[in-house]
Amino acid sequence: MKDLLMNFNLEKDVFGNIKLVLDDGQSYDQVRIIRAFPISDPENGFSIVNQDGHELVWFESIDQLSEDNQRIAHSSLEQIEFIPVISKITDLNTYALPSIWEIETDRGLTKLKLKTEQDIRRVSSEALLITDANGIQYLIKNRKTLDKFSKKVLDRFM
Amino acid sequence: MDQLRPLQKLTPPIHPYWGEKVNTTSKILLSWVEIDLNNILHFEKFLLSLVTQSENGSTFYISQTDEKGVVTDWPIEDDSYLKLTDHAGVGHLSLYGSQGLIQTWHYTLAINSLVTQFKDQFHERHQLIEKKRNEVVSEVSITTCPNCQSPIPPEQSTCIVCDPETEIPPSTLTLFKLWRFAKPYKKDLILGFILTLLSTAATLVPPYISMPLMDEVLIPFQTTHVMNYELASLYLGGLLLAALFAWGLGWWKTYILALVSERIGMELRTKTFQHLIHLSLEYFGAKRTGDLMARIGNETDRICIFLSLHLLDFLTDMIMLFMTAAILISIDPLLALVTLLPLPFIAWMIHFVRDKLRYGFEKVDRNWSEVNNVLSDTIPGIRVVKAFAQEDRENQRFIAANQRNLEVNDRVNRIWSSFAPTVTLLTEVGLLVVWGFGIYQVANEHITVGVLTAFLAYISRFYGRMDSMSRIVSHTQKAAAGAKRVFDILDHESSVPDTKNPVALPKQIRGQIDLTNVGFRYGNRAVTKNVNLQIQPGEMIGLVGHSGSGKSTLVNLICRFYDVSEGSVKIDGIDVRNIDTKELRQLFGMVLQEPFLFFGTIAENIAYGKPEATRAEIVQAAKAANAHDFILRLPLGYDSLVGERGQSLSGGERQRISIARALLIDPKILILDEATSSVDTTTEKEIQKALDNLVKGRTTLAIAHRLSTLRKADRLIVLDKGEIIEVGNHDELMAAKGTYYQLYQAQARHAAEIAESI
Repeated sequence: MKDLLMNFNLEKDVFGNIKLVLDDGQSYDQVRIIRAFPISDPENGFSIVNQDGHELVWFESIDQLSEDNQRIAHSSLEQIEFIPVISKITDLNTYALPSIWEIETDRGLTKLKLKTEQDIRRVSSEALLITDANGIQYLIKNRKTLDKFSKKVLDRFM
Repeated sequence: MDQLRPLQKLTPPIHPYWGEKVNTTSKILLSWVEIDLNNILHFEKFLLSLVTQSENGSTFYISQTDEKGVVTDWPIEDDSYLKLTDHAGVGHLSLYGSQGLIQTWHYTLAINSLVTQFKDQFHERHQLIEKKRNEVVSEVSITTCPNCQSPIPPEQSTCIVCDPETEIPPSTLTLFKLWRFAKPYKKDLILGFILTLLSTAATLVPPYISMPLMDEVLIPFQTTHVMNYELASLYLGGLLLAALFAWGLGWWKTYILALVSERIGMELRTKTFQHLIHLSLEYFGAKRTGDLMARIGNETDRICIFLSLHLLDFLTDMIMLFMTAAILISIDPLLALVTLLPLPFIAWMIHFVRDKLRYGFEKVDRNWSEVNNVLSDTIPGIRVVKAFAQEDRENQRFIAANQRNLEVNDRVNRIWSSFAPTVTLLTEVGLLVVWGFGIYQVANEHITVGVLTAFLAYISRFYGRMDSMSRIVSHTQKAAAGAKRVFDILDHESSVPDTKNPVALPKQIRGQIDLTNVGFRYGNRAVTKNVNLQIQPGEMIGLVGHSGSGKSTLVNLICRFYDVSEGSVKIDGIDVRNIDTKELRQLFGMVLQEPFLFFGTIAENIAYGKPEATRAEIVQAAKAANAHDFILRLPLGYDSLVGERGQSLSGGERQRISIARALLIDPKILILDEATSSVDTTTEKEIQKALDNLVKGRTTLAIAHRLSTLRKADRLIVLDKGEIIEVGNHDELMAAKGTYYQLYQAQARHAAEIAESI
């Protein structure tokens, strides 16, 4: 399957690995597709890297790819992208640190553990990125539109 | 064993939640793990279990149970294997068969160690079933971590999922642990307590005397116009005496308790430091230097101030409260009741406002650090700022941070500014109640004017203390948090514990090192696996590999900075875990990439490992390390101060001092960890000369990036991802054209390119 716009092709083998085949016939096994700006501009700027993390190909947008490639790219991204968006903080165990929050996210209910206040990062004037004790990143898209309790909790730690 | 053991008796014990959902007939459950993400990475719990159908253990499969109780099974072939990968906080557990990928499960890294355990048990499934069969079914007590509720495997003492130290919020009870340090001062503390009682009592005398002074001297004078000077001077004398007593006792009390609290503080600091420096490198690796410094410096001081100031004041106030109450009740119970009734209410009000303020102040603190951050970014980076002409941008950033600071401060100040007037108002209202009721009682001739004045004197004194008393809550919390952080260090047990019965080392150590099946995990990451290596006495071994391939780890294991997770490290046939740590470390001489010089003279630095060394020995070591000449060029020779605040030396010079340091202790085993990588090639040659002196006749382990420096090694060990992949000398490895060959070629090319470009 030849990509119309781009000079490469993606293939997925039975082991679930993605293979990149370039126009000149060169191929790379077990490549990964990653977003360059996962938060500030997730839809633009992608890189296909090899096992060691070296870039092989750069492309601007997934729309540029052929349908088959798009499917593979999307499934690959789904597997590695994990930034749950917090819609509500329902409860917390203590205002002292570390604090465990019960949260509602777009990926279901869960708990996050905040280790230090520095783990809450302002991404823009409304958006916040919270890194929990296990390295998972949670996004709050607009802290001003959250409910009262969630705002109160955030306010206490910011 | 054809019968399934009850689920509760498994290791790790299964959560009762799944117990009802897992079909327990006709299956033998070998291992399980609870994963927390579904295939589209939404939070959902699944139970993954490794089960076998028949008792001979020939057919295994992985069984997945979801929250609704739906079970899916994947049969396992003999060559099936599990693989773990992770990215951005999500772990993936993939099951492969001969036909390729069969299934992938996802989980958050919070449970990574449990999944790793599951994977390991999967690969040991044949042994596992053997073990299960021979094992007597015994009651396994379900131990779960008090924080995260994850089960704790029996071979582990602490939770492998969370680090309990950072989890448990500080409790005020921690402060009671301080008793351990206060015990030696029991006598002084009791004396201090008695003095507190006496001095408080002395301060309560004057209002009491004011009562007869009013009733027997002043009021009679108003009617008779005859002043009873005799009585007046008697009472005034009493007042003076009481004041003198209160002064003397107060002085003594404060002095004694300050002495004790300083001593407790010192003991706490020195004990903590003593404990800290004996902890393993693993502990230091996981902690920030500044944090540890703050714990030992500031936190202990804060505890000390809490004990000597806040707690003492609070106790004095409490004693005063009870004494006052007793006196008031003994004078007039009814008026006493009216006087004391508003107290708890007012105390609560003050505490409430203070609590509100506390969060405000914390916010101010956080914002303040943001202001500081801009400064600490901009000032050290001023060259960059100027080079890119971004002064205005930085200025705007600083203004913005200050603006936020202002907003937060404004909000806090709204409450804060009302605080002092509120306390005053509450006090006045309380006094008003006493005045009102008192006047009413005087009018009905139930009490005298003197009693009323005494009451007012007692109680107004009291209201004044109310504010400071209400602060005890936050002071206690802060001190408890500090105490917890200090005791976290004190209660931390070294992960390389000293052996109880050390094996005495023979006088003549040959320096043979044996590594058998050595594996090491850092947290839940396997750094080194299955390393087998025999190093002969006097042999020089070069360790080669990419950064992160486990070279330094291997060295750290041999020196026992860390303990192996699997296998053993032996020196001359003795397991390093059975050797006294101090004796063990004396066998090693170490030259590191970044030579660390302590503040002190050069001579002291060279003699660091052997403080009793003579001057002649020091000079000899320096000569052998090619350091003698440059040391003599310094104005103060061997007495020149170096280190943090001392003479600045070049990298090569510092390195040669550290080589002299290693030479002086005449170690049996020598570790060179990138000893020449931070200097230029000319300096490297000089250092190399010094090193050659050092290496002679010793077992040497050398780590180097520049392969050319390892030419002299008897054997080269090539490591990759924690495993030994090639062994041999330079020529053999070059001939084999393996990883070493590639590394060498790459470096040679690089060197050639540089030479060309010059």
